[in-house]
Amino acid sequence: MRRSLFRKNLVTALLLAPAALWLVIFLVLPFVAIAIFSVGERAPEGGYQAALTFAQYANLPARATAFWNTMVLAPIGALACLLVAYPVAYYLALRAPHRWRLILLAMIVIPFWTSLLMRTYAWMYILGGRGIPALLAYVGIEDLRLINTPGAVLLGIVYGYLPLMILPIYVSLERLDRRLLEASADLGATPLSTFLGVTLRLSLPGVMTGFSLVMILLLGEYLIPTLLGGGKVFFIGNALVDLFLQSRNWPFGSAIAITLVLVSVVVLIVANRISTRLSGARRVDLI
Amino acid sequence: MRVFVVAVFAFLYLPIVLVVLFSFNAGHHASEFTGFSVQWYGKALSNPFLVEALKNSLFIATTSALLAAFCGTAAALGLQRVGARTRALFDALLGAAIVVPGVVIGISTLVALVQLFAVVNPFLASLWPTDQPPKLALGYGSIIAAHGLFSMALVTMIVGTRLASLDRNLVEASSDLYATPLTTFRSIVLPQIMPAVIAGFLLAFTFSFDDFIIAFFVAGAQTTLPIYVFASIRRGVTPEINAIATIVLCASVLLVLLAQWQLGRRKPSP
Repeated sequence: MRRSLFRKNLVTALLLAPAALWLVIFLVLPFVAIAIFSVGERAPEGGYQAALTFAQYANLPARATAFWNTMVLAPIGALACLLVAYPVAYYLALRAPHRWRLILLAMIVIPFWTSLLMRTYAWMYILGGRGIPALLAYVGIEDLRLINTPGAVLLGIVYGYLPLMILPIYVSLERLDRRLLEASADLGATPLSTFLGVTLRLSLPGVMTGFSLVMILLLGEYLIPTLLGGGKVFFIGNALVDLFLQSRNWPFGSAIAITLVLVSVVVLIVANRISTRLSGARRVDLI
Repeated sequence: MRVFVVAVFAFLYLPIVLVVLFSFNAGHHASEFTGFSVQWYGKALSNPFLVEALKNSLFIATTSALLAAFCGTAAALGLQRVGARTRALFDALLGAAIVVPGVVIGISTLVALVQLFAVVNPFLASLWPTDQPPKLALGYGSIIAAHGLFSMALVTMIVGTRLASLDRNLVEASSDLYATPLTTFRSIVLPQIMPAVIAGFLLAFTFSFDDFIIAFFVAGAQTTLPIYVFASIRRGVTPEINAIATIVLCASVLLVLLAQWQLGRRKPSP
């Protein structure tokens, strides 16, 4: 008996060992490494020199523009995604013909899984000099600059992350008990107040999931601001690439990376709190 | 509302359609379509740097997806057999592997590996009998491992979901009929989770093949296809990139469709 228990534990350990090793060597240790680096100093020739100082963190305002752009454009981008995504998710979950539903849903997911680089590049092409501006010049609107603006970055964000916002909202709307909608109408509610009081309300957890997911991924975005912002709209990701690969200021870069992770954690915690409160409110409402 | 939804689908697909269309353009210019031609595909496929980058990407994506599928499946199976605390710890780490931005994964892996190499390489050199000791460096290995981290977490979650909905009666019936645990696994569990494993592998492959930012940090002297494309885009938009983009997009759409189909399969085919 004891022998077979030992064998069971051994098998479990063997099954988990490769994944555990991988997580420790390529996730936990690297994170510890940048935490250590972030309290170090830049070596004269670039790279890292051991020290114990918080100077790197005190220096964070030096990259204030990158932080500012990210902190403004990430929530605005996530909000813009939400405004476009909600009607689509609503249509797919509650209005679309049944046999079309899965096909349409797959059509939403497919672009998300294809290369963001290639898809963002497509927008460089459309917004660039030979794309829409060339068309507009035809009808007399000259010298309109579309690419390398915050607007172009915002457009790229909505384009790239829309599928990720639609999915969780779709899931929460799909689960919605349709009898509640009928009940609301039977009790004399207008379609608008049914939507606001029942549908929207019950889909809020999905909205929160989508919003926080998109927001967190945007905090670390690099490609969209680089390609569509053209070096004029800097994100934290751009600052990190610059600090690690160009100016080789690893300690400062590490401090920024740690700050970025901390901000993401705060966003996650706040989102979690709101979700819990929302689902709590829902429980009270339903009973 | 239907008009709005149609507009959103157009928004999602129009840029892709344009890139594909202009990859067949005969002319050099991106603005006007001057005739149908596949010359840019020929130019792209006879570019030695591009072909080298493509080969690298294929090798890295295959290796890291295979490793991820294997370790991820093993972890999902192992997680079924552990207590709540170990499970929660694992879930937190796997969630972190998925949520932490690629930029941070890339730089932290770079920092940790460079530091590790600085310790290991002199040590290896001191042990080596000849003057040419092996030297650890960034390259295939570091990209495969860094990509595999995200992919493994993904596979563990996909396979874990499948395991949760597995019919336990069949497992019990199998052991009641005196099948060994290994036989039960081979003939009951494995066929049921196989579609999820395959889907996980395909998604992992797609992710690794498409990833730019992690590879950008840990590639060392190697070039992957996205790194090559990124560098050429910065030098200016050319029809050749349209051809590459089209090939990559078609390949990833195909793989994602395959993965979706595998995930949708309820029962293994007889």
